Amino acid sequence: MSVTATAARSSAQGEEAPASSPGRRRRPRYNRYILAPLVLISVNVVMFGLFFVWPALIGFGYSFTNYTGVGDPQFVGIANYQQLLADPSFYQALLRTFVFTLIVVPTSFVFSLLIANLMVSRYARGKVVARIIFFIPWLISPIVTGVIWRWIFGENFGLVNFVIESLGGHPVQWQSNADLSLAVVMFASTWGGTAFSMLLFIAAIKNVPVSYYEAASLDGAGPWRTFRDITLPSIAPTSFIVILLTTLGAMKEYALFVSLNNGGPGTTNNLLVQYIYQTGFQRGQIGYASAASFVLMIILMAVALVQLAVNRKAERR
Amino acid sequence: MTTQAVRSAGSTPRAGAAGSAGATGMRRRRRLFGPESTRYLSATTLMWILACAYGFPLVWFILSSFKPAGDLFSYPLTLFPAHWTTTGYTQAWNSFNFYQFFGNTLIVAISTTVVTVVVSCCTGYALAKYQNRWLKVFLVCILATTMLPTEVMLAPSFVVVRDLGLYNSLLGIIVPSILTATGVLMFRGFFLTVPDELIEAARIDGAKELGIFFRIMVPISRPIMLTLAIFSFQWRWNDYIWPLLVLNNPDQFTLQIGIQSIVGAQNVNWSVLLGASVISIVPLVLIYLVFQKYVMNVNINAGLKD
Repeated sequence: MSVTATAARSSAQGEEAPASSPGRRRRPRYNRYILAPLVLISVNVVMFGLFFVWPALIGFGYSFTNYTGVGDPQFVGIANYQQLLADPSFYQALLRTFVFTLIVVPTSFVFSLLIANLMVSRYARGKVVARIIFFIPWLISPIVTGVIWRWIFGENFGLVNFVIESLGGHPVQWQSNADLSLAVVMFASTWGGTAFSMLLFIAAIKNVPVSYYEAASLDGAGPWRTFRDITLPSIAPTSFIVILLTTLGAMKEYALFVSLNNGGPGTTNNLLVQYIYQTGFQRGQIGYASAASFVLMIILMAVALVQLAVNRKAERR
Repeated sequence: MTTQAVRSAGSTPRAGAAGSAGATGMRRRRRLFGPESTRYLSATTLMWILACAYGFPLVWFILSSFKPAGDLFSYPLTLFPAHWTTTGYTQAWNSFNFYQFFGNTLIVAISTTVVTVVVSCCTGYALAKYQNRWLKVFLVCILATTMLPTEVMLAPSFVVVRDLGLYNSLLGIIVPSILTATGVLMFRGFFLTVPDELIEAARIDGAKELGIFFRIMVPISRPIMLTLAIFSFQWRWNDYIWPLLVLNNPDQFTLQIGIQSIVGAQNVNWSVLLGASVISIVPLVLIYLVFQKYVMNVNINAGLKD
């Protein structure tokens, strides 16, 4: 909103300028205002062209060829897409990606919102230390996060199975059962992703006017009512961004899987990015991988557009 | 200007608390036994249960890293090592060219961070303070990049980097990471809050456009620079898939690739793996503990994360 306001103001000034001063003086000023911003954005414009426009264009082009990384690409029409849509392992990767996303996004949303509320609550004691504990997982790379959880959930050596056995249970197949293996990645992903969303939620909750809460407490509203009727509606824009970012993050998860179970057991937990990586780089089918990437891009854009539409609708209500 | 406002706002309640220091003890006692005591108790308990759940995996991991290799799998498992040892760490540091991986990662993270901060600051300022049709188009382009993460264009991005001659060199990781939508939007958001009068006044005093930027705007944006620097350092330090594609020579590997190569081995050497992983975490934790407030006070809610 502020952008449009300033834009309107400056265009109004621009219309006044020629009336008050002769054209001779306007010219250099006009140039200076074009040149300075152009100099300032130049590096990023070059970067944008080199690493976004160029790959996007040739990627789209390659998806219609049988390019293997060397030699000349040959045009094959939509053969890559046909092959992709007929490949059962592509559908499996797609399904696994959706399952993973559908569970991780709500879980991590709930935990980060809960912790953010505790972090701004005046009733919780020891927040300074607790905040560091909650935040440290963000500093740890997906690879190391995978290692940490693999260490805890190891089938023959992990702490969890040790505790289960000491309590008289049977060891659980955290690695060789496909669904349990995916569940461990979900724990790890929630653990690693909470801190960043929490950060956004804390900033949003702090921006809610204190007077709302004062009024609510005067009216005798309890903590749950206050949260549901004041906090939640006030931070709706942030909730939208958090859901969008965690969805995109979950859809393109790769490193965490590689170090935790390497998409296993077997290939059951290969997600889309791993599928693309394996077809494109381990089997050297750049054209085919580009087609798969393009499908992933369309899915991501569809997800973003759907969420945007839902958000608009919710705001209008 | 904004920072001053923030700082003064932050100091007001503290001053108030100091003024009524005598009454605090009384109030605290009343809080502990008063009608609100259940709320204190439940909120604090819930928070610490969660904190233990979030902290435990890492604590277990770090404590295990001090166990001798022979004790790692000996049942019953104990929380604390029976014999403390650092062999895992020394072995990790001396094998796999680990110090070289560490150095490479450091070079990549620092140089990318410096360039990203400078470039994002320039772009963010231009997008916030100049009105022009092309700048608006470029802003939309920047927003679009958040929809096109590296993972979506792995194959073509790789071809581009190879054709630019950056394959198998650290530059191949540094250069493509310079443009970040998050960084640009952070600076743009900050400069939008800086009043235009400041620039108008400088213009009237005869300052040149770029002079205004470098002499006035760059110094006041220092807090944002630090925040972005920490974010950028973390992204590059923890990057995995892109370095994996671009680097082929073991001399150039980064830490994450090195750690993954230990995990991917036929028989995982857990003693070395634990040590290597903990070493890789240490620099980021130190940076975070020193610059905590620049991370925790981030007040941006657009296009974050890279």
